[in-house]
Amino acid sequence: MNRRTLALALAGSFATAALAMAPVEGVQAQGTEKCYGVALKGKNDCAAGPGTTCAGTSTVDYQGNAWKVVPAGTCATMEVPGGRKGSLQALARDVPRG
Amino acid sequence: MSASVTLPPRAGIGLKAEHVLRILDERPAIGFVEIHAENYMVDGGPRLRHLEAVRSRWPLSVHGVGLSIGGEGPPDRVHLGRLKALVDRFRPTAVSEHLAWSSHGGEHLPDLLPLPYTAATLARVVDHVDEVQQTLGRAILLENPSTYVRFAQDTMEETAFLAAIADRTGCGLLLDVNNVVVSAANHGFDPEAWIRRFPLDRVGEIHLAGYAETRDGAGRRLLIDAHGSPVAPEVEALYRFVLRLAGPRPTLVEWDNDVPSLETLLWQQDRADRAILAECGAAVPA
Amino acid sequence: MTWTDVHSTEARFARALLDPARPVPWDLADPAGHADALRLAVHRNTVSAALTGALEARFPTVRRLVGDAFFRAVARTFAAIDRPRSPLLHEYGTGFPDFVADFRPADAVPYLADVARVDDAWMRAYVAADADPLSLDRLAALDPEALAGASLVPHPATSLVVSPHPAGSIWMAHRSDPVGPVADWRGEGVLVVRPDASVDVHVLPGRDVAFAAAVLTGRPLAEAAAAVTDPAFDFGRALVGLVSAGAFVAVTPALGDPA
Repeated sequence: MNRRTLALALAGSFATAALAMAPVEGVQAQGTEKCYGVALKGKNDCAAGPGTTCAGTSTVDYQGNAWKVVPAGTCATMEVPGGRKGSLQALARDVPRG
Repeated sequence: MSASVTLPPRAGIGLKAEHVLRILDERPAIGFVEIHAENYMVDGGPRLRHLEAVRSRWPLSVHGVGLSIGGEGPPDRVHLGRLKALVDRFRPTAVSEHLAWSSHGGEHLPDLLPLPYTAATLARVVDHVDEVQQTLGRAILLENPSTYVRFAQDTMEETAFLAAIADRTGCGLLLDVNNVVVSAANHGFDPEAWIRRFPLDRVGEIHLAGYAETRDGAGRRLLIDAHGSPVAPEVEALYRFVLRLAGPRPTLVEWDNDVPSLETLLWQQDRADRAILAECGAAVPA
Repeated sequence: MTWTDVHSTEARFARALLDPARPVPWDLADPAGHADALRLAVHRNTVSAALTGALEARFPTVRRLVGDAFFRAVARTFAAIDRPRSPLLHEYGTGFPDFVADFRPADAVPYLADVARVDDAWMRAYVAADADPLSLDRLAALDPEALAGASLVPHPATSLVVSPHPAGSIWMAHRSDPVGPVADWRGEGVLVVRPDASVDVHVLPGRDVAFAAAVLTGRPLAEAAAAVTDPAFDFGRALVGLVSAGAFVAVTPALGDPA
């Protein structure tokens, strides 16, 4: 692609840019001509990421030895191609101590 | 080096991300707002914008949890630089940290860990507080810890240790009443006697919180400074004891784990305000 | 202040804190004498809970995908080998997506690591420096002839996750409750930006992903466009789309400079 082609392609795009490129709230089917890609704004803002605490906790989090965990999240039910589910292996192993 | 401006002698609440928009919108009657310094050591984004808005309406208290002032090594100068930048930008009314350590060998351990109380550790902590205050260009408040173990090397009593730090550095003290109750139960001392020995004239702020209760391996009652429940009656009683001795002081209700609704936090704040009114007779400003 | 200093009370405490197989250090005491192990365990538990909590907050979509118990197990395993170097917990866990990619018990969920990368990109965008994005008007004011040799400077909040899985659609499906369907199961380029106060996540049109990746690494526009083989690729549309999403802050050479 040479400079002339780029310039022409760009000039043509500006004409419809304002209308065509505004992000759309919410999940939208890919490939529609109304928006550039599928956009989602801001929904995560109240879950604002990791923070500190100056408190201790009595909820026992630590487990040092062998344990078994059966997955229970959405991946076990989400449809993937071929109709199979993305189920995790149950965890039953020695985990490095920390 | 003493702070010329102080927080109002009434109750405040900790700023939580899940409440900040409602607080800005509804403007509840809060005496002051406290933040954890580290949560605002970011390059930009909504956290700092919200804090600008909060700062313009309420007195601000910046409470650090990561400076490791009680550590064997000097305070992390990169981290101290971040704290200075935050303090310079938001000009809080109070800046506080803990008598504890949380870094070792370049690793951060996210907890407030205990230190022995000896002449040597005292000299070290005094150096660290001096360096922090020199860097910030202002006095800080240092908080008494909640502890679960003590050290065989201890030669000083905790209140004397804290009083000596305040005397030698000019820093103020943050009296965490819940921590006194927790440590008193865990080590078997009398919390009121501890308060009587404590230099109450140096107290620039009080913390209240809820504790959790468990048992140690020998079946003894072990209290944990969990900040996940209302202030216990035992803590409120000791707080009122402090108010009768010291007069009204700025008081923060801490609730960091299982953060409740804003209404619950404001109810806890209101209880502290009523205690100030009842014990000190001071009118609580609207 | 090393971890092995035998004279350091702190080193002794820290080693015992991180390794429950070690005895309680000789100098820790409680009212009965030598401290009970459960007292030290209060600190061990607090450190562990703080680290897993930080990972839960940074990777909420991964957590929802695998469930709380499995996530905590993965997080504890990660925290045992990758502890924070800084008190800023919002910076902790940058190595978690790569760790997840190599975590054998999650092999049956091959998209998990890329969803973690989207969560991670979201958090980095959320705390990134504020900057006015390069506007479409400023791009339009530029001599189109000068554009071919120009590069675009990414906004501090911008990142692109290129995945052979529909990582962006899976991520978005988890913003709703119940989790929505993923209609089209194919690879995606996920553009994460924060042009102003809120973080936007875009699933890019497939034909534009290679171009976006090249432009975001600073390659000149003509070079970036030349690398695209998809016949459906439209240079103008792709560039206007990326700029209007707020992915950049500037053009270099600066507008008006000789190219």
